[in-house]
Amino acid sequence: MGMTMTQKILAAHAGLDKVEAGQLVLVDLDLVLGNDITSPVAIKAFHQMGKEAVFDKEKVTMVMDHFAPNKDIKAAQQCMMCRDFCGAQDITHFYDVGQMGIEHALLPEKGLVVSGDAVIGADSHTCTYGALGAFSTGVGSTDMACGMAIGKAWFKVPSALKFELKGKLRPYISGKDVILHIIGKIGVDGALYKSMEFVGDGLASLTMADRLCMANMAIEAGAKNGIFAVDDITRAYVKEHSDREPVVYEADADAVYGKTYVIDLSEIGHTVAFPHLPENTKTTDEIGDIPIQQVVIGSCTNGRLEDLKAAAEIMQGKKVAKHVRCIVIPATQKIYLEAMERGYLKTFIECGAVVSTPTCGPCLGGYMGILAEGERAVATTNRNFVGRMGHVDSEIYLASPEVAAASAITGKISAPEEVL
Amino acid sequence: MKMTGTVIKYGDNVDTDVIIPARYLNTSDHKELASHCMEDIDKTFASRVKEGDIMVAGWNFGCGSSREHAPIAIKASGISLVIAKSFARIFYRNSINIGLAIVESPEAADAIAEGNIITADLDNGILHNETTGQDYTVEPFPAFIQTIIENGGLVESIKNGSIA
Repeated sequence: MGMTMTQKILAAHAGLDKVEAGQLVLVDLDLVLGNDITSPVAIKAFHQMGKEAVFDKEKVTMVMDHFAPNKDIKAAQQCMMCRDFCGAQDITHFYDVGQMGIEHALLPEKGLVVSGDAVIGADSHTCTYGALGAFSTGVGSTDMACGMAIGKAWFKVPSALKFELKGKLRPYISGKDVILHIIGKIGVDGALYKSMEFVGDGLASLTMADRLCMANMAIEAGAKNGIFAVDDITRAYVKEHSDREPVVYEADADAVYGKTYVIDLSEIGHTVAFPHLPENTKTTDEIGDIPIQQVVIGSCTNGRLEDLKAAAEIMQGKKVAKHVRCIVIPATQKIYLEAMERGYLKTFIECGAVVSTPTCGPCLGGYMGILAEGERAVATTNRNFVGRMGHVDSEIYLASPEVAAASAITGKISAPEEVL
Repeated sequence: MKMTGTVIKYGDNVDTDVIIPARYLNTSDHKELASHCMEDIDKTFASRVKEGDIMVAGWNFGCGSSREHAPIAIKASGISLVIAKSFARIFYRNSINIGLAIVESPEAADAIAEGNIITADLDNGILHNETTGQDYTVEPFPAFIQTIIENGGLVESIKNGSIA
């Protein structure tokens, strides 16, 4: 019986020739990540363990992105705690205001993750790096502390679902539509405890931004990780961003998958997840007029340059609807600068949108765009749970940057074709 | 491990954003987190929960964010055990790691009603409903997990060298 991509990476990092689903393994980690919300709890646990130093100062990273730049005094204290810890431990990859970006956009950009790595992060969207052919999963703060202390984490080897992608995306359809379509099909616990493995000829039409967005939302189907087969697009990305050599793991021909889904990319339409679960999906041609008050374009899911480009092209020369607040958040400083140089930021501002410094801010109802009672937002973020972006009686509609941009112009949930 | 408590019951897909909303994540103080536990789906929870109460819920309990503040808030509010039809995986790990007892049982989670009194014997894998007299068997934790729990959580396990 063969192994899946995920199982091969776990076996290699556990020093084993072979693992099978259900087996408990202790895995050597290539990177341990935390942010300004989860790291303080981990730092406390680290001290309680009685450890003096982290296992490897190059392999622990902290990114101040959730409530940074500090939204209030308590947030400032939490960032200070991280800053002091990383200073004392001489952590190489500590990213504070000025260098930071949204963690899951920042780490691949900085080349901190390459194909074949095993990564944990005290943030549920750590599964993003599966786009690079790495095993990467979200954990809590205690696991992060343990990872910082000994460079290891325990896992139950997951079984897997296979997603065989074929065909090519239609214009103005992107990775977000694909992953929302998949979550709509399998449900928010459709991949619970499992890995989601993406393979097939269809990969060729998916950019790295599409893949990062899709792997990012594997957690919204309950998955332990999402992982993409490595191809030339992956290799080119890794080479451009990192000096480290990628290690490519391919699933065995006789690897066992609980189920195989064949997804024809050419059949996917503009997909929107209605409140209050990412599985409540509809396509824009199935919905009537739904007026909105806010649009958020950003987050670890859709704050990359390709996302801003797609939004800017749709918004170019148009105006944000009068009653709509449109907030654009480039995910990293590098993306911000590049978007400025390419004129996207000018487009957004002339259109009537605001552009923020990188932050997770509104996605989790932190700050920078909180919703009032009864308000509706179209957001390129990843969760539309009750109260996620503000008031418990507000609503979030998850969508692609293309749909979000078009909706900002019309003031209701709209397909890009309505404004082009 | 044995506990007896009164049941507070919720539905499917209870996410970590409603267990502890992100607007309170600017602190990791256990008592403060507990005072806001569940407030976005149940404003009465924090005031009515008693030490030892048992939380029962449906499928995919604890889905969403990896915030350990969620099991911490539940534990600090006095809940001694969470019984659900299934748990989201990060919440499951976090609960074990911080020492919040959790049990998966679709059968028990269906049958047990709000206000029932439950006695749980986790060593033998038995949940007894004192109110209705029904018993439900549950799968005990695997040995690896038991080691962590017996050591009082992951922090203690590393401290005393039982995992290295």
